[in-house]
Amino acid sequence: MELFLSGKHHTIIVKIYGELDHHAAIGVRESVDRELGRTGARNVAFDLSKVTFMDSSGIGVIMGRYKITKALGGRVIVYGASGDVKRIIEMSGIDSIAVVADSEEAGMREVEANV
Amino acid sequence: MYKNSMKVEFPNNSDNERFARTVAAAFILELDPTIDQLSEVKTAVSEAVTNAIIHAYEQDEGIVTMEGNICGDVVEFTISDSGVGIPDISRAREPLFTGKPEKEERSGMGFTIMETFMDTLDVQSEVGKGTRIMMSKKLK
Ligand SMILES: Nc1ncnc2c1ncn2[C@@H]1O[C@H](COP(=O)(O)OP(=O)(O)OP(=O)(O)O)[C@@H](O)[C@H]1O
Ligand SMILES: [Mg+2]
Repeated sequence: MELFLSGKHHTIIVKIYGELDHHAAIGVRESVDRELGRTGARNVAFDLSKVTFMDSSGIGVIMGRYKITKALGGRVIVYGASGDVKRIIEMSGIDSIAVVADSEEAGMREVEANV
Repeated sequence: MYKNSMKVEFPNNSDNERFARTVAAAFILELDPTIDQLSEVKTAVSEAVTNAIIHAYEQDEGIVTMEGNICGDVVEFTISDSGVGIPDISRAREPLFTGKPEKEERSGMGFTIMETFMDTLDVQSEVGKGTRIMMSKKLK
């Protein structure tokens, strides 16, 4: 997992590599929340383009960050998902609470429109 | 007709979620699954095993059992635990239902994903005794 701060967008960008299951979700959650507190960012963008496996625990992580960023007046952006990861995101209706985009550019355009 | 079976038992540690779905994937390789089928089976198994790990035993240690059976081109997995059980199975199977408090961040999508990615899903559970999930998929 890599975390970047995009200061211009007040956004923590979280790029997840490999598998996002319940076991991995615990670490992602902790790191993202620590960065939110440390940087004062209010948006979280999940880059899922390098995720090779994700189950419902990934949805839980996204929903959890939605609640936190909402309280900060920010948003969650999810982009880069393909295959079954994308199917699971669609199935869960996450697009009603988060910005779901195909690419980083499209996701960031949404953030810019929202900040 | 090709037949095979297997059984593994492991403690309810979260790192066994990956172990279990990797075993499940290796077990069905003989049937030449497509990449999509492989991914669907791994995800469904991961949901059932994760449920046994996080819901069945609360803070206690417990054993999760995974059995696999192949008969022709159909694979069936059974994931069982001897944990707390599910009081209302049809409610538990509803999309977005979770029995966990909000702070645990469960989405309640596990059973929905198992149903979508497998052909059949059967849930048996008795409060105080445990839970048994059976799911099957035709791989042709
Ligand atoms: N093996 C089990 N033992 C006890 N209760 C279970 C078991 N499996 C599922 N449940 C109950 O059924 C509910 C629904 O399960 P489901 O997998 O659909 O959602 P979840 O695990 O709560 O969330 P998610 O899978 O999205 O992280 C659980 O919250 C839990 O109350
Ligand atoms: Mg679950």
